[in-house]
Amino acid sequence: MIGYVLEVAQAALALLLAPGVVGLVRWMKARLQNRRGAPVWQPYWELVKLFQKEVIVSSNASWLFRAAPFVVFTSAVAVTFLVPILAVPLPFDGIGDLLVVVYLLLLGTFFLSLAGLDPGSPFGGMGASREMTVAALAEPTVALAIFALALGAGSTNLGQIVARTLTDPGTALSPGHLLAFGALFIVTLAETGRLPIDNPATHLELTMIHEAMVLEYSGRYLALIEWAAAVKLLIFFSLLGNLFVPLGISMALTPATLAIAVVSLLVKFVVLAGAVAILETRIAKLRLFRVPELLSVSFVLALLAVTSSFLLR
Amino acid sequence: MAAAQALLGVVLVAYPLGVLAALAVRGAAGRGLAAAGALAGALAGLALGAVCLGAGLAPTLTASFLPLTGFMLRIDGLSAFFLIVIGVVGAAVAVYGFGYSAAYDGRYSLRMLGAMLNVLLLSLSVQVIADNALTFLIAWEAMSLSAYFMVLTEHDQPGTVRAARWYIGVTHAGFAALVAMFLLMSGGDLTTSFASMRSASLSPGVRDAAFVLGLFGFSAKAGVVPLHVWLPMAHPVAPSYVSALMSGVVIKMGVYGLLRVTIDLLGEGPAWWGGLVLGLGTVSALLGVLYALMEHDLKRLLAFHSVENIGIIFIGIGAGLIFQNFGLSALAALGVTAGLYHTINHACFKGLLFLGAGSVLHAVGTRNMEAMGGLIKRMPRTALFFLVGACAISALPPLNGFVSEWLVFQALLGGSAIPQPEVAVIMPIAVAMLALTSGLAAACFVKAFGITFLAIPRSPEAARAHEVPRSMQISMAALALACVGLGLAPSFVVRALGRVLSSLDRFAPTEVTFTLGLPLRVPGAVGEMSSPLLALGLLLLLGLVPLGLWLGGADRRLRIGDTWGCGRIGQTARMEYTATAFAEPLRRVFAELYRPTRDLSIDFHPASKYFVQSIEYRSEIHPWFERVLYAPMLRALRVVATWTRRLQGGSLHLYLAYMTFALLVLLMVARWWR
Repeated sequence: MIGYVLEVAQAALALLLAPGVVGLVRWMKARLQNRRGAPVWQPYWELVKLFQKEVIVSSNASWLFRAAPFVVFTSAVAVTFLVPILAVPLPFDGIGDLLVVVYLLLLGTFFLSLAGLDPGSPFGGMGASREMTVAALAEPTVALAIFALALGAGSTNLGQIVARTLTDPGTALSPGHLLAFGALFIVTLAETGRLPIDNPATHLELTMIHEAMVLEYSGRYLALIEWAAAVKLLIFFSLLGNLFVPLGISMALTPATLAIAVVSLLVKFVVLAGAVAILETRIAKLRLFRVPELLSVSFVLALLAVTSSFLLR
Repeated sequence: MAAAQALLGVVLVAYPLGVLAALAVRGAAGRGLAAAGALAGALAGLALGAVCLGAGLAPTLTASFLPLTGFMLRIDGLSAFFLIVIGVVGAAVAVYGFGYSAAYDGRYSLRMLGAMLNVLLLSLSVQVIADNALTFLIAWEAMSLSAYFMVLTEHDQPGTVRAARWYIGVTHAGFAALVAMFLLMSGGDLTTSFASMRSASLSPGVRDAAFVLGLFGFSAKAGVVPLHVWLPMAHPVAPSYVSALMSGVVIKMGVYGLLRVTIDLLGEGPAWWGGLVLGLGTVSALLGVLYALMEHDLKRLLAFHSVENIGIIFIGIGAGLIFQNFGLSALAALGVTAGLYHTINHACFKGLLFLGAGSVLHAVGTRNMEAMGGLIKRMPRTALFFLVGACAISALPPLNGFVSEWLVFQALLGGSAIPQPEVAVIMPIAVAMLALTSGLAAACFVKAFGITFLAIPRSPEAARAHEVPRSMQISMAALALACVGLGLAPSFVVRALGRVLSSLDRFAPTEVTFTLGLPLRVPGAVGEMSSPLLALGLLLLLGLVPLGLWLGGADRRLRIGDTWGCGRIGQTARMEYTATAFAEPLRRVFAELYRPTRDLSIDFHPASKYFVQSIEYRSEIHPWFERVLYAPMLRALRVVATWTRRLQGGSLHLYLAYMTFALLVLLMVARWWR
């Protein structure tokens, strides 16, 4: 019973924390660039504002445009039930493994891209085309990183991967794990639309990927999409933090260990947000046609991760 | 047993009656009777397969009542499974064809089309229950020829005759290989039953030769790279429901044949058999989807996706064969199960997509995606069904394509159990290629659905499009339901597939331990997944989100406005993103493969080059296989043909001399042989 409560609590926590994580990255980035920056909770006010605004829908758009925000949001929220955020093992572990997580996120991307094409705006089409290109090219890296992790744990089940690393902390420092971490970090940047692949703060439609795709959205629809994007960032941070460094995750489900889990989760988020903020301050956006090169790097990292897991098993 | 006998009788009678009716009766009545014959036969075949699998009896039925000597029929699990595949798609196609072929009335021969549909379905059904090489080969050839005639239906359209020639050429090269294979395996007597082939002890060299010949022949039918060239030519020019049948079922006969020969007749082979199948599958999957991305002909795009999906099926089977060689029977069963699961899934969603494309073609009159758009408002039901198919083929959870790809992934992940590292290392590469394939497939179907159905119509024909007749909608709805059902009941399907495998004596999957329940756990507990619970959760959340918005007091106003165009008022279809533009980033990324040619000519105003009068842009993709692989072969063939023509002088005396001479030589050889 406590497991089910925890599942819901975990998903609720993810939903609540997600805009904060985005705000944290923005705030840290601003400080690093000698700006005062908006407060960390600014994204919450943005969501509240958007939810109170009227929606404007293009006359060319069909029902798909209006359904897509719900599908995107649902797929992101569904994933929060499946990834280890605070505790393992949880009752929903058997519903979906790491492959299900990846394909659920692809489901959201698929519908968002279709919605980008629906109003007939050239920007939407451009964003959709680029988003699907990046998503497709990131896919093999993700699969290989999963393979590397599954080799160690003997399962693609997320709970088992975490439990395995917890019981044998040495594996966290194995070359296979470290290389897979590097690969998945690059994929995180690509999948969540961060620099150097996409610039979340851009105002030029021609350089946008994600922002171009959602250009036609407004009001509550835009709020759902933005919120889903924040949840997606949180999901990837949780995967990076908890699959590779599962320290602090509660296995006993007692209040004390859960408190430790929350604190360690927050620490991991701060560290990862800091890493992204530093990276985004130090590097410029890549030209679109250089992005595949970066993704090839991550692919090679993942392939090396699998090979070394094989050889060092 | 009696029920199975009766159903087999219905199958064997309904189709020939359909042929006769189609030939004898003219007009709409003949069209209806042909469809009725095909529908009755397909449904009886479906029931027969279900009864045989449901009874769980291996070999369920051996038919000995046929008067013709030399024909032998027997139904085991594998036959039953493929009967179900034929039945599902065949029934949908029969109903759809009734509506679709109405447009052909007076233009093309409806009698021929109706008769050939029944011949094709009959030969497919007989082929999967054939119990000796002769029956198999006759059914195989009847299938190839009837499909050939159906491809030729729109013979006056450009490209049709050429496509049909490619098809018949490749398929007959494959047929020759199959005859040679069966001669090797049966020791020269084609009427030998499969049972005695199973028990025959062949030398390893003969087994290898038979395997390679079989792989060639079945790959030619399945459309595996590099024997796929006929597929993107023949499938688009055929009537759409014939394309659905060819893509959904006919090419699957390559899969059936490969399984029948490798895991049943020949038995366990060396590891390189599986490796070869896996390698061909990987290459087909990736190249199929990459070429599909560059297509703007909706049906050609779907045809290339058939190459891709056959590749995925081959990956599963190849992995299974490798595992079998290393004695990992649970993983072997997992690989073959994944391949079979994807076979029926692909039959359903590709059948659906081709029927959807046929409806679009019916309404718009072109296969060119650049002339479509906005159809979701004009043909809402077709659009919905096509969307289901697009999601399924893109392996989006919780639909059927996802479940079978998940199983293929799990089989490949199990590759770490292989003791030889140099073999095991193939698996992660296959995993990466499969993942890239499925990502690209999703990109391709965003393009296919987005450009075809969404936004503003790009041509007046698209703007005037209308929903298709009811019979066509029903068929699409049935296949869409099958896609959903196969996705939501994986444990049920896997259990049925377990029966298929355990009916094969030489494949030892009896110890397979899928944990079946709501969650599906693969043997060895590598992974666990529950698509029904996943679907339930998604639906629940999908309902909760609007409820949450309503309770949370979110604004509910909605205004219809114009699409934002940087301040420009009035949006036209020419401002939309095109299919070519959508695929451009990937064309650049994979430029090494595509070798695109670009022609850009700009017409400037004579006064200043800042005023452009017109721009002409032309870009083509280098058809690598046709030029590098097939062009030299065709040139050589032409040289040989010119040379052979000299024999044909036109003189009757000369021909008589040839005959006498040939007869004498044969008699002498026969004498000497004894």
